[in-house]
Amino acid sequence: MYFLYIITGLALIASFIADKKKTFKAIKMGYKKFVNILPPFLIMLILVSVILFLVPDRVISNYLGVSHKFYGFLFAIFFGSITLMPGFIAYPLCGILLQKGVPYMTLSAFSTTLMMVGILTFPIEKEYFGTKVTIIRNLISLGIAIAVALVTGIFFNELF
Amino acid sequence: MKKNKAIKIIGISSYIIFLILSYIFNFNPGKKIGNNFFIFSIDMLKILPPAFILIGLFEIWVKRETVEKHFGEASGIKGYILAILLASTTVGGLYVAFPVAYSLNSKGAKLSVIFTYIGASAICRIPMTIFEASFLGIKFTSIRLIVSISLVIITSIFLSNYLTKKGYNITEGK
Repeated sequence: MYFLYIITGLALIASFIADKKKTFKAIKMGYKKFVNILPPFLIMLILVSVILFLVPDRVISNYLGVSHKFYGFLFAIFFGSITLMPGFIAYPLCGILLQKGVPYMTLSAFSTTLMMVGILTFPIEKEYFGTKVTIIRNLISLGIAIAVALVTGIFFNELF
Repeated sequence: MKKNKAIKIIGISSYIIFLILSYIFNFNPGKKIGNNFFIFSIDMLKILPPAFILIGLFEIWVKRETVEKHFGEASGIKGYILAILLASTTVGGLYVAFPVAYSLNSKGAKLSVIFTYIGASAICRIPMTIFEASFLGIKFTSIRLIVSISLVIITSIFLSNYLTKKGYNITEGK
């Protein structure tokens, strides 16, 4: 995070020294782009706040830990796709689940869909790339996540 | 289109009214939702302003030829490698990757490289990867990275070929 501020600060100073006018133009442009995308961001934040209330960590860990491996796997894909969590919440949760005996394959399905499949980021992605491409890209991501989970299952001897 | 906008405005306003009422009448579920909202908003507001300043600087300073050379049609395999490296240093997540990808494309980066960048910024941001490995082990993380990155590149190429055939253009995607 600090890294981002340092880079931005340095870039701004360098730009300012090189050309004042251009720097202001750049800031204005960034600001305009930022404001344009705020409404979809607001919608995403609203969705995130409601979904995380409906599906708290406790619920996720109950469903992922069901005794039947296949169902756990399906739940992992489902919850990973519909939620959005920063890594500092998701991985400790995965760590706890691992100690509880949840297979690596299920955790892989959960964490990979969490990162790649963005139902909650849909309002933003759609704004940039259109509805159709957003749907295709997310379906592909879902496929990739399933493939990754299956390969993980093979390497950890959990598939059969 | 207008109807859509009206629905959005009604939805957002009723959400805000619901939160205010929840705080007034001490309605716990509403307060929890409000808390979630604030936590995530603050998280993103820390990242978005500097990210968009960088995007602005990029748009003004970086020449189209430079982007075309490194990420464009003639960039070959180097374009994908650069896209993955750029993605691994992207902060935040997909919501930062989308505007960056959009700007890159408007400066001449090809579609398959753009999709690779988006996919990679979901799966291989460096701080996140280190975090993952420390909780789930290096074996887990290496399998995930190798399989997902190769699939992201392959599917990005297929997707961009398909979209190019259909005459898709990002700026018209809206």
